[in-house]
Amino acid sequence: MNTKINDINRKLLMDRSSPGRVGATLPPSDVPKQKLPPDKYLRENINLPELSESELVRYFSKLSQFNFSIDHNFYPLGSCTMKYNPKINDEIASIKGLSNLHPLQDESTVQGALKLMFELQNSLCEITGMDDISLAPMAGADGELAGMLMTKAYHLANEEPQRKKILIPDSAHGTNPASAAMAGFEVITLPSDHNGNADIEALKSSVDETLAGLMITLPSTLGLFDTNILDVCRIVHNAGGIVYGDGANLNSLLGRVKLGELGFDIIHSNLHKTFTQPHGGGGPGAGPVIIKDFLSDYLPSPVVRLNQKDNSYSLYSPKNTVGKMGAFHGNFGALVRAYSYIKTLGEPGINQISQNAVINANYIRSQLKDYYDLPFNRTCMHEVVFSAKNYKQEYGISALDIAKRLIDYGIHPPTMYFPLIVDEALLIEPTETESKDTLDYFIEVMKVISKEAKDNPELLRNAPHNTTNSRVDEAKAARNPNLRWSPINNT
Amino acid sequence: MNPKELKYSKDHEWVKTEGNDSALIGITEFATDSLGDVVFIELPDIGTKITQFEKIGEIESVKAVSDIFTPISGKIIEQNNELINNPELINNSPFEDGWMFKVENINTDELDNLMNSDEYDQLIKE
Repeated sequence: MNTKINDINRKLLMDRSSPGRVGATLPPSDVPKQKLPPDKYLRENINLPELSESELVRYFSKLSQFNFSIDHNFYPLGSCTMKYNPKINDEIASIKGLSNLHPLQDESTVQGALKLMFELQNSLCEITGMDDISLAPMAGADGELAGMLMTKAYHLANEEPQRKKILIPDSAHGTNPASAAMAGFEVITLPSDHNGNADIEALKSSVDETLAGLMITLPSTLGLFDTNILDVCRIVHNAGGIVYGDGANLNSLLGRVKLGELGFDIIHSNLHKTFTQPHGGGGPGAGPVIIKDFLSDYLPSPVVRLNQKDNSYSLYSPKNTVGKMGAFHGNFGALVRAYSYIKTLGEPGINQISQNAVINANYIRSQLKDYYDLPFNRTCMHEVVFSAKNYKQEYGISALDIAKRLIDYGIHPPTMYFPLIVDEALLIEPTETESKDTLDYFIEVMKVISKEAKDNPELLRNAPHNTTNSRVDEAKAARNPNLRWSPINNT
Repeated sequence: MNPKELKYSKDHEWVKTEGNDSALIGITEFATDSLGDVVFIELPDIGTKITQFEKIGEIESVKAVSDIFTPISGKIIEQNNELINNPELINNSPFEDGWMFKVENINTDELDNLMNSDEYDQLIKE
């Protein structure tokens, strides 16, 4: 396409405006004209775009095609669990009886919705091996904050205010230290050992009477199951600390490992990752906090309880609750989708998720390990981390260049430069919903890109080539953000 | 590539002493290469007293946000204001124009806890 035609196609809404053009025909006004406020309050020109309905529809349709989603193509974004979201969950969530509820309706009129929440509470406790739960947190990090506030409340109730230290492995999600700090804790980073496990000796020397707890992700963000986890839990418990589990990677454990049985005291589950919510745009999410019963009194409000007397459901505020994590009952629509997903799959289906997710990641690992460096060469869980450091040293090709080139082949880039402890990291999570055909296509593309890096590195450095916008200057965008529209200068 | 006259920390900061009382501090070329394009830097205010190896600020690149640790104790007396509008100076000239801050009241004994350029060359090779 020539440049001029391409420019016209990329015009923004404001630049497509033509004076006097309208998108709707309004009937003559039957309201008497009123006197306008004084001129000083009125703007002469509010600069709204003037377009016809067809122009508007085409503009937004075109814009939507620039997007990339799991409904378009393979999306192996590590740590995010971009699995396919079955449409039936959206259909269930849009049933009028569930979508038209008002959060202030009397409990007697929403017994079905409360029952759904109650059964979801039970399912999540069962799946994770925990005792009690609050569905209130609205995202993973919100669940983390709830868990940290509960940890703090617990230690204060035991008259141990000196417990101010939270240990967090260096492979953790960035939200973990942020949540601990928001709850008023001091964060101590725990190094990983050469196998990618938490360093047991470093842990032993870090625990004392000031330890409030440990936040750990299992499997870790390296996609590895920490084989020291029982020792880790024991050491933290012996020092009087709480073991917090970030459930972001729960997908690989479903039906196989229960975090509660390993010794975890508090976890959160990212329902939007593990139990399918469309979350490519950053939400909406749900991050229920799930706990052992000695912490029940501190759960965020509300919790749904079954009243044995009359088999009715009601919202309940735990005795020493850490409070509300947001408005009303959490993200109800997200809870409905998770419920629908769990009930649709049932126990056999839930068990199969982890099996397929882990096999898919290991298939990619085994097929690509001769092409890309594996910093931890051991069986992985649901995701595998490669390093592009050899490509950087030999050909000046970074993880970013490889990721951008994948877009040309219709594949969403994997997570880059995370976890931070791996140089030039490419974190790939295929999820259980991809067929062997898709995985083979991805593997083939990664092999082709490996060859391109050697033969034609410029091709990668300037990628992507097949998209509306090619490589954007991320540094300039971050240094000089310009988010305001200004007219195209035609002179 | 790492200047001989500087001292280095394992966190990839450098110190350049000016007389026996003050020093300039920045991050090394190895650090800027690993970080990628720097877009933002946050340092403590002038007058803040800082302790060797303590976390004192943050540096943000297109890849990640990382902590800045001070390689030496002292009181911050100057910041490189050029970095506010031109953070790319850190990438383009890590050992010269990209210096980050200046401290006084330093204790030169602390320099013994740091590496010389040969030792630092060795560290980044590993």
